[in-house]
Amino acid sequence: MSHEDELEGLLRPPAMDMPPYPPKVITLASGEEMVVRQIDRDEVPTLLKAIAPLIWVERDFYDVVAARLFGELLAYKRYRVRDEYCLVGLIDGVLAGIVNGRAVSPEVGMSYHTLTIRRGLRVGSHLFAAKMEYHIDFLKEQEVLIVAESPIGFRRWMIEYPLDKKYEVQHELGGVPSWTLTKKTYLAAKPRLVAGRRPVSEKLLERAKAIVLPGDELVKAQVLGDKEEAL
Amino acid sequence: MRKVAIIGAGMTRFGRSEATLVDLLSQASLAALGAASLGERRVDAVYVANMGAARLNRQTAVASALVDALQLFPAMAESVENGPASGASAFKNGYQAVASGMADVVLVTGGERMRAVNNLEATDFVASLSHPQAEYIYGVTLPALAGLFTRLYMDRYGVKPEHLARVAIKNHANAAKNPYAHIRQEITMEGILTSPDAVVNNPFIADPLRLYDCCPVSDGAAALVLCPLETAQTLGGPVVRIGGIGQATDTHAVHERPDPTQLSAVRLAAQKAFSMAGLTPKEIDVAELHDAFTILEIAESEEAGFFEKGKGHLALEKGVTALSGKLPINPSGGLKAKGHPVGATGVAQLVELVWQLRGEAGQRQVKGAKTAFACNFGGFGNNVVASVLQREG
Repeated sequence: MSHEDELEGLLRPPAMDMPPYPPKVITLASGEEMVVRQIDRDEVPTLLKAIAPLIWVERDFYDVVAARLFGELLAYKRYRVRDEYCLVGLIDGVLAGIVNGRAVSPEVGMSYHTLTIRRGLRVGSHLFAAKMEYHIDFLKEQEVLIVAESPIGFRRWMIEYPLDKKYEVQHELGGVPSWTLTKKTYLAAKPRLVAGRRPVSEKLLERAKAIVLPGDELVKAQVLGDKEEAL
Repeated sequence: MRKVAIIGAGMTRFGRSEATLVDLLSQASLAALGAASLGERRVDAVYVANMGAARLNRQTAVASALVDALQLFPAMAESVENGPASGASAFKNGYQAVASGMADVVLVTGGERMRAVNNLEATDFVASLSHPQAEYIYGVTLPALAGLFTRLYMDRYGVKPEHLARVAIKNHANAAKNPYAHIRQEITMEGILTSPDAVVNNPFIADPLRLYDCCPVSDGAAALVLCPLETAQTLGGPVVRIGGIGQATDTHAVHERPDPTQLSAVRLAAQKAFSMAGLTPKEIDVAELHDAFTILEIAESEEAGFFEKGKGHLALEKGVTALSGKLPINPSGGLKAKGHPVGATGVAQLVELVWQLRGEAGQRQVKGAKTAFACNFGGFGNNVVASVLQREG
């Protein structure tokens, strides 16, 4: 083993065996179908291209979320975060949103970020719910630690589920107090907040295989609304 | 009494704004004044419609503030608060000022900045228009009242959830063509009602009303400039005349009405407006109705006399009220999708109709529209202002 390989062995965190997230399809209010699927590391560079312009958008804390998500996904690609995963929502192949998180232990999950590109159709809420579904239903964890960085996130997660305070636990996203979604709360909220069907048809899966990035105009219209900030 | 015309119309985009209320009012006013070709004429009076600045924005006397912001001294100025019908009430006052000869040029501006507070507080603020002892004290909100009203309407007239969804789908499609609309997102029956995911996309707010049956909470402003008809006729371009205005009231508490599904104030206000204009409902080409909840578009379309009582949902089903139908209703997207900054709404309905009558409504233009009707619904139908506009020539 070379010195570099030896060092890499020390720097790269050990991986827990995590079952994959099975893709699902959600019919949105617009009637469009959004495929939610897990990405692998090779797809991260494509996502980074979509995230990078949003680092400069202050509206609704897109800057904070985008900058952190960029770093988290880069670290995921280069094996510097332990047991991280990333799910994407794709409408007709076009990227509509991204969520990520990680398994802290076989019992506890941690939600990182939710970035909505196509706004106004609950895309972010659907993807966040998919993330919770992954932690509780597929990774079989008992709880997920969650924080919000924007008022929208607070309303969508803390109030809508609703989450419980778990201020005694330090979330990895900084000094803000942590909240938790317990398995019990998740199961109670599931019928009203977790959408989607499986299996996804071959045709839809094929369409969702390659991630198409939304054009700047769409991003501007959806994320910025009528605000003047430039991309 | 002088005949009165509308020579300028303008509005801000509805939605979430970081501008102050007075900035929103100023932007809409400047747009309307800019469209009015006033020349050397000065604004003699300003009427500002607003329902909640004192509570939502910690500001009172907004008409004085607007005059100051636009340097319209020494114009007469006053604020008009009449719940969600504030806009059309201010318009009525402006009409009276010109018709009586008290003023030659009047600016009527409506605006609200509701998103300065959270949704719970905004809902509570609107609920404060209900009867304090008989309704509000029991936690009744406007969605709750509308839910009760809808259930009764369904039982009595056969309105189904599909009909409510059709109103939302139609108005979202219209709003998608309106650059001033709060929500420019088309929706489908599958997405909001029939697919297995619809229950998540479109949850119940106040059974049987779902999310997409309710208007959003919006910021925004709209403005009109009024003057005598004879002055308007000298300015060139299409002239829009105020044909008639009617206003009527009803019991404060909804349960005190002999039949809560009868919106008698809408019926009486509409009858007065039609009578003053010398028109019948059959002669109207386009209408803006106060669809704060989808059921209200159906109910108001009946009370205004466009359809028989209990048959509005059938006309909707046949596409009569679609943009391409015989009587397009809410081409702007209505309150449902254009948005509902309460003080602005009554004025914004008339702004849309002025644009329709002038042929300036872009992709949502109703072909050949010459007559228009608006219903601004205050309280839960206890104070209603109806207006009829006509294109001259």
